[in-house]
Amino acid sequence: MAAPIAVHLEFGGGAELLFNGVKEHHVTLPSQSEPWDMKQLLVWIQRNLLKERPELFVQGDSVRPGILVLINDADWELMNQNACACLTAAGLDCSVGLKPAH
Amino acid sequence: MPAQCSSCTEKRAVLKRPKTGHSLCKECFFWAFEEEVHQTIVAAELFKSGETVGIAASGGKDSTVLAHVMKLLNERYSYGLELMLISVDEGITGYRDDSLETVKRNQQQYELPLKIVSYEELYGWTMDAIVKQVGLKNNCTFCGVFRRQALDRGAVMLKVDKICTGHNADDVAETVLMNVLRGDIARLRRCTAISTSSEGEGVVPRCKPLKYAYEKEIVLYAYFKKLDYFSTECIYSPNAYRGYARTFLKDLESIRPSTIMDIIHSGENLSVREGVKMPVQGTCSRCGYISSQALCKSCVLLEGLNRGLPKLGIGKHHRLHDKILSQQPLTEKEERKLKSVDF
Repeated sequence: MAAPIAVHLEFGGGAELLFNGVKEHHVTLPSQSEPWDMKQLLVWIQRNLLKERPELFVQGDSVRPGILVLINDADWELMNQNACACLTAAGLDCSVGLKPAH
Repeated sequence: MPAQCSSCTEKRAVLKRPKTGHSLCKECFFWAFEEEVHQTIVAAELFKSGETVGIAASGGKDSTVLAHVMKLLNERYSYGLELMLISVDEGITGYRDDSLETVKRNQQQYELPLKIVSYEELYGWTMDAIVKQVGLKNNCTFCGVFRRQALDRGAVMLKVDKICTGHNADDVAETVLMNVLRGDIARLRRCTAISTSSEGEGVVPRCKPLKYAYEKEIVLYAYFKKLDYFSTECIYSPNAYRGYARTFLKDLESIRPSTIMDIIHSGENLSVREGVKMPVQGTCSRCGYISSQALCKSCVLLEGLNRGLPKLGIGKHHRLHDKILSQQPLTEKEERKLKSVDF
């Protein structure tokens, strides 16, 4: 069992408009049998935070192309995207920032 | 865990460059980004020492990064340029007024002179007033045509030798695609050019120093440098056609990041067969601005607004130009066609 983890989410560059204009969210992800990864986090964000026009945020099981994702202030394309066990590895400091490129 | 920087091999990488695939740390990325813009400027000989250059500034990420990098490179490499900011106030409440505040802060931060030209002072119409009359269907046409001319007017007022704009690689690739999709051969041929020569009186040469800079890198450069920029989309609906081209391009880029450079490369190397009919550039007989018709687009649009015939400048109504110029009245049938506005 993975323990609940605290995540600091930040939406910017216009992406915050899909979240009632709120840029920063401090959330706690519930414990689950597997470690949390980005794919699951995106589903969780969509279910719990996303307020409107999901098609502008997600496409398939990833973010919409053009949205940049930073994990702990680094481009997520540097990481093995789907295997982002880094969410747990980074522990309480984990922050995810999402911003559209335009 | 994030990789190490492939350049200095010491620090933690913060991004994967779409253009090269390299993983770089903040400092190495800043250096690489700035050097590439410098190379672009030098290779294309965009500026000459002693020139006054106007930076088209909207307060958005591209022009903010452009202003920052131009100032930095001008000092680092002693370009010998005098830089200033030129902004266009389209008169869009809740959008441009806010972004102009950003430009005013940039002016202080970069210590550059700023000139704001407004649609209201140039044309007597704000975009708010235009949208009230024409609705949300063709408003982007008015805005685009007016902005091009407004920047030139601002540049002439400031007596600058050149204007540089923040168009990035993604923008250029989008434009190539759009021109292909619309069959606009004349624009397709010139849209990848990094600079325009002076096309006539009142038209200031323009260039795009960020032409080869990926949007992703511009956003991350602004983000990591903590530059102050404005990131709200215009409230008057995005240009739908460009939106489709953009989405298509972003989808392709996610599979193959070089797509953007590849499309630019294709555009740059296209040559148009001899004998293909091209519009002949002349000047507007009313305002003297460049135009391929008797009246420039801006004058026709304005005439339409002032006469309460907003569709005059939308679509092809060239035959009516002579009538407008000689101030002949339009027939009832012609008027009816130009009045109907689709909301």
